[in-house]
Amino acid sequence: MQLTLWTYEGPPHVGAMRIAASMEGVHYVLHSPQGDTYADLLFTMIERRDQRPPVTYTTFQARDLGGDTAELVKRHVREAVDRFQPDALLVGESCTAELIQDQAGALANSMGLSMPVVNLELPAYSKKENWGAAETFYQLIRTLLKDQAPAELTHDPKAWQHQGRRPRVNLLGPSLLGFRCRDDVLEIQRLLSMHGIDVGVVAPLGATVADVHRLPEADLNVCLYPEIAESSCAWLERSFGIPFTSTVPIGIGATQDFLVEVHNLLGMTPPSPQAGIRQSRLPWYSESVDSTYLTGKRVFIFGDGTHALAAARICKDELGFEVVGLGTYSREMARPVRAAAKAMGLEALISDDYLEVEAAMAAASPELVLGTQMERHSAKRLGLPCAVISTPMHVQDVPARNSPQMGWEGANVIFDSWVHPLMMGLEEHLIGMFRHDFEFVDGHQSHLGHAGGSGAVAETEVAVSTLKDELVWTADGEAELKKIPFFVRGKVRRNTETFAKSTGRNQIDSETLYDAKAHFSA
Amino acid sequence: MSVNLLKETGPREVFCGLTSIVWLHRRMPDAFFLVVGSRTCAHLIQSAAGVMIFAEPRFGTAILSERDLAGLADAQDELDRVSRELLERRPEIRTLFLVGSCPSEVIKLDLARAAERLNDELRGRVQVVNYSGSGIETTFTQGEDGALSALIPLMPSTDQRQLLMVGTLADAVEDRLIHLFGRIGIDSVCSLPPRQSTELPAVGPGTTVLLTQPYLTTTARLLRDRGARVLTAPFPLGAEGSRSWMEAAAKDFQINAEQVASVLDPLVARAQSALAPHREILNGKRIFLLPESQLELPLARFLQRECGMELVEVGTPYLNREQMAEELALLPEGTTVMEGQHVEKQLDRVRATQPDLVVCGMGLANPLEAEGIATKWSIELVFSPIHGIDQAGELAELFSRPLRRRELIRQALNPPSSAPIDSDPVHA
Ligand code: SF4
Repeated sequence: MQLTLWTYEGPPHVGAMRIAASMEGVHYVLHSPQGDTYADLLFTMIERRDQRPPVTYTTFQARDLGGDTAELVKRHVREAVDRFQPDALLVGESCTAELIQDQAGALANSMGLSMPVVNLELPAYSKKENWGAAETFYQLIRTLLKDQAPAELTHDPKAWQHQGRRPRVNLLGPSLLGFRCRDDVLEIQRLLSMHGIDVGVVAPLGATVADVHRLPEADLNVCLYPEIAESSCAWLERSFGIPFTSTVPIGIGATQDFLVEVHNLLGMTPPSPQAGIRQSRLPWYSESVDSTYLTGKRVFIFGDGTHALAAARICKDELGFEVVGLGTYSREMARPVRAAAKAMGLEALISDDYLEVEAAMAAASPELVLGTQMERHSAKRLGLPCAVISTPMHVQDVPARNSPQMGWEGANVIFDSWVHPLMMGLEEHLIGMFRHDFEFVDGHQSHLGHAGGSGAVAETEVAVSTLKDELVWTADGEAELKKIPFFVRGKVRRNTETFAKSTGRNQIDSETLYDAKAHFSA
Repeated sequence: MSVNLLKETGPREVFCGLTSIVWLHRRMPDAFFLVVGSRTCAHLIQSAAGVMIFAEPRFGTAILSERDLAGLADAQDELDRVSRELLERRPEIRTLFLVGSCPSEVIKLDLARAAERLNDELRGRVQVVNYSGSGIETTFTQGEDGALSALIPLMPSTDQRQLLMVGTLADAVEDRLIHLFGRIGIDSVCSLPPRQSTELPAVGPGTTVLLTQPYLTTTARLLRDRGARVLTAPFPLGAEGSRSWMEAAAKDFQINAEQVASVLDPLVARAQSALAPHREILNGKRIFLLPESQLELPLARFLQRECGMELVEVGTPYLNREQMAEELALLPEGTTVMEGQHVEKQLDRVRATQPDLVVCGMGLANPLEAEGIATKWSIELVFSPIHGIDQAGELAELFSRPLRRRELIRQALNPPSSAPIDSDPVHA
């Protein structure tokens, strides 16, 4: 039993819904009580879908439990099949139905239905949403394709060269309630077509059952979101010999690596890095003098595995930040995240307890937080600027405009959305010069207000409340602190207090402040 | 009774009783709601509540794991551990609600026993009660019925003559109603749930109960068992319903009708002018209410009688005929009242009848909007301060706004496709 106040991931059957709702012609019968129908709103409100997810809930009640719940399952399966006439049917159970052991999937399998039936067994008490999505996608592909698998693996990803056609790849993994998948697909399609590579099937997003049957026609599978598609890609490699990519093209370096990987696997000459990366504005924007102030900005990163890993690389190699914290809630991705953290001299935080993440964030005293919507809220409480890089989804993460994370345009979007919260360099520079002018008062925050100025107040409160018993600021110390611009004051206060504690002082005067300043800039 | 009462079964689209934690915890800031359930339960509440705005919400879920289910860990011990951990972290909590869910009910985890044991251990520092919000037994608002029922044994006894309003109200609405009852001549008015979970009202033979919400069947029964008289009246939605509701109390307190009229008449007159602009929009429009909150009947009555709307179908997840007698009597002859749900068939009827407005859950709203049918979220009606004569205008506005909005943007967003392409925009 674990006390949970909030959770990054829903139960595994929500992952299954994501696959069903992403596709066309797939219906999901979920043996579950009525309250579980709340999950529809994730799609119709958060993702702002104009259709209900294709799910029939059996909505059994307590009074059904004494009777024949198996018959209830069959009735709902029959009704759903008659009404929706799907090309493939998923049948599974939510947490409660798992306990009453009706074996809904097996029941449906015994009904002699005309379409393929996928029996989903998603252990609700040990697994979570992303795992459920990956497992569902894999089971569906396996059910539909297993009879097509060749006896001998003869697949040659370079075969297109003597078939008089362009190379062809599938994009696997984009789904509803995934971070910016809609826009990433467009961007990657554009990127590949610039290099003369066709996209065969995109799945699950927008795919039909017929599309799934066409998966083996591709030369190569692009695994866009390993959380969702890796197990499927691995199975397609095992059963059909189709290789798959391992680089997720988020950021300049990763996009270039991705192109090289795709070209090599397809037997093509990889593009030169210079020709490639200059298609994005990120390199120049990062090189330009305005960005000098970004140097060494302390960044705390937390999200799903894929986006956290990508963010760490971009921060360190492309924006010149210092990564001071890296973590993920995806246990399935713990290993690579641990390795990436270790390479940066950090210990990765693998946790699904947002309060633990918030504590780690506070302890790392970052200047920028890249996280989920929950970290955005935590950062707000700590007075830190934040950009959102990962699910769980919020209605704000489905913007009307095109806003990919992947490819060259994705790098542009990332530059803007991560750097804006930090405020423009010239402005920070000017504020430094003019901060002693009388016009420069704390209340006057104009358009900079969002950058952390307003949060500085809250941050001060946090610091005071946690430290007030041990540390005293002298009037002279407070006066010195006042001279520091409001938007960094909270951080200076906290750093000084940390420094004072670590050096055994219980009083902070202006000298302590200068000592701390020297200590931290050393 | 002249309405057309029908019943339907099939797949439902409705929240479970856990959802009422979302408003209950706001009403009682010194209470914590600990759901004993699964990741689904945790995800339901956070999805319905948009929890991220809280630093630490006053509700959470003790998520059962495979160890608990396989009997490797004693679930009662585990519950003790989690409760202790929680109360240590939140020392300001005075009442702990242990809330049962479908999984805890199915494995027959005895929360009453756990509550009893924790009460012994905590010796009055924190009171621990339990109820079920499970989806196999309760829908949406019935969770509040369970939570209030759990508090009734803790209410002190009194013989004092008093009025008890039962059902969560917005604080401002509560203050206003108490003030109005005072002007009518009823001075001793208290509420369940109270604003502090430790300040439970007393109850006894001198207590007259007015239900503010229609979904409190068990609560009403238990209050009767404690000697209270529970009035049946229309519910306090709209000017007419709110007036009848207050009059029912006044009559029970034997206050003369003139006194009541002198207080309420001006309010009703004012409400009518507040209603007028909305009535203009809503009059003659057709509304379909899908079953969710059990507020559907009183809302339908208000919308038909005070706003001039036509009722296509009035759904309700559950119908307590006795408590709803007065509401049913006020509905027009032949109104279709549907208890229970087959969501697919119901949506077929929505499409077939093409109403102007549909009241429905959050999962169904956008798909209907996309089909060109305006909607109103039923959960909004549970959250908004809609009770009382003074709120009648605001209540009507909740329904007129979606229609007004459609009118505002309809033309620009749906230009007639037959417009000649070379038309002259300046001299046309
Ligand atoms: S319906 Fe049951 S299992 Fe589902 S969220 Fe509600 S209590 Fe939990």
